[in-house]
Amino acid sequence: MSTAEFEEVAMMESDLLAARKTTPSELRAENVSVWFGKRKVLENVNIDFPKNTVTALIGPSGCGKSTFIRTLNRLHELIPNAALAGTVLYEGKDIYSADVDPVHIRLQIGMVFQKPNPFPSMTIRGNVLSGLKLSGMKRDNHDDIVEQTLTAAGLWTEVKDRLNHAAGDLSGGQQQRLVIARALAVQPSVLLMDEPCSALDPASTLKIEETIRQLSKEVTIVIVTHNMQQAVRVADNTAFFLAQENEPGHIVEQGLTTDIFGQPQDQRTLDYVNGRFG
Amino acid sequence: MFVMAGVPFGCPQTSTSLRQHPDMAHSDLEQRDLNSAATSHRGDRVFSRIVTGAAFTSLIVLAGIAIFLGVQAVSAFQSQGLDFIFSTGWDINTDPPTAGIWGMLYGSVLLAVIGLAIAVPVALMLSIFMVFLAPQKLAAVLTNLIDLLAAIPSVIIGLWAFYILNPPAEGWQELLNQYLGWIPIFENTSQNFSGTPFIAGLVLAIMMIPIITSISREVLSRTPPDLVNAAEALGCSLWTMLRYVALPYGRGGIVGGVMLGLGRALGETIAVFFVLKLTFETNWYHIIESGGGSIATLIVSRFGEVSGPEELNLLLAAGFFLFLGTIGVNIVANLIVARTGRMQK
Repeated sequence: MSTAEFEEVAMMESDLLAARKTTPSELRAENVSVWFGKRKVLENVNIDFPKNTVTALIGPSGCGKSTFIRTLNRLHELIPNAALAGTVLYEGKDIYSADVDPVHIRLQIGMVFQKPNPFPSMTIRGNVLSGLKLSGMKRDNHDDIVEQTLTAAGLWTEVKDRLNHAAGDLSGGQQQRLVIARALAVQPSVLLMDEPCSALDPASTLKIEETIRQLSKEVTIVIVTHNMQQAVRVADNTAFFLAQENEPGHIVEQGLTTDIFGQPQDQRTLDYVNGRFG
Repeated sequence: MFVMAGVPFGCPQTSTSLRQHPDMAHSDLEQRDLNSAATSHRGDRVFSRIVTGAAFTSLIVLAGIAIFLGVQAVSAFQSQGLDFIFSTGWDINTDPPTAGIWGMLYGSVLLAVIGLAIAVPVALMLSIFMVFLAPQKLAAVLTNLIDLLAAIPSVIIGLWAFYILNPPAEGWQELLNQYLGWIPIFENTSQNFSGTPFIAGLVLAIMMIPIITSISREVLSRTPPDLVNAAEALGCSLWTMLRYVALPYGRGGIVGGVMLGLGRALGETIAVFFVLKLTFETNWYHIIESGGGSIATLIVSRFGEVSGPEELNLLLAAGFFLFLGTIGVNIVANLIVARTGRMQK
């Protein structure tokens, strides 16, 4: 990306951010540390996800970004031997407190994975509605839900005539958008995305990014990405994670995406965003 | 690529020069069989012949059995006509002997259905427990135990069932009759609860459970973590994840396992021989009433005291229909597995 382009994007972003800076935090991690068995993989992560913003988590492989977002919707605890310290606040309430139903949290805070994973035994339509079945959530007007979510995921026009076809017939990029529609059908207010484009071709990636920008008007998005241009293109805020050898990962620097990429305060951030390691 | 095989190295490889190359006039003759190159080693050739021979042996044995039994069936039909299939009875004192195996054919199916009705839910629950609930060590122990259960010879299971299972099972049937007797299948007018299709089905279930469990466990444990993750992120419970993700994914394999179990149940002889009172009347649905039929058990119970070549011939003909039944079940199983396999692709 040329400097001129970068500045143009940066200006757009800062306009957007001016409007968003005051929005209240929707999801917030305080002093989150994570273990797998005895191995500590994350230490003291503090980060705020303001409502209806996009936050990119960047950093080299193995620094705990994916692990971190799995703590945000209580998927982390499903791994045997996984442990956690600290607090995750969703709408001001600790999601790990004893009276909170993890199923409720997972519905409010949806997730899209690295590899497109539609359910192969279901049709396209069945996949979109699968969250309702799996969680036992009741919603009327299934036809409307299917159309709305597929439209929001940018897939409606491509599949509207074959909703009853197997989901496996779609291309990888289409499957990933189908999975986004599936996550939206249970009406989450936060969407976690774990490298959603890493298995996709550039054209599909652009479509997903377009979808992310559209969705961020209504949903708070946290996206893990290895693609720094992608972070610049979609994210209002960026957090840079890093794990020194044999040490747990932590956030080195976080802030407005324009700042992280334009004028990082930490030398390691500067090196990383300029592609000097990773 | 085959067409190019006759072109010497260094030849300009544009399409026009290929077409004009003098060698190409004989290109058909010069195509090399690339596949033979892979097995050109002498040891490989010998080995591949041995393996091919072994593969054909099984086909020859299968065909041999089918032809042998088929020939016997023809002569049984000649003496008995269609009554051999559609009537029930076994009288060797008439000349020629009169025989009808309907009650036995039907009995084999009834016992298998009872067995499946008990075995499938138990085996599914067991495999779900082992894959999704049990701690790893317990699951490993259970897996081994269940495989051991499959290794118990059926004659041992038969003896055990006769001496150990039978007495309490009679009590269970009395309870069934007492509380659910208003359902026709649990009617019992004789108050004789021994040698019933229910007990025989229970024994078959014990023999089917290891097969169905070990295949279902294998299939369920291969549910892609991706899909389980997706279901978890959509707020599934264990039940909904099983219902909408794991079981549909494993359906083909599970049905295959059930069919293998069914194949075993239809052909099971000795264990049923110990616990079922063989009667030459069709017991249509009174599963806790004494007496029932089974082709395999008919054969084994008559074979020792067979009256002469004519009765032997009838028994072999009965065996032909057992053979047809089990082959049919296996073909259906393969079709189902293949069809669901394609759908999952």
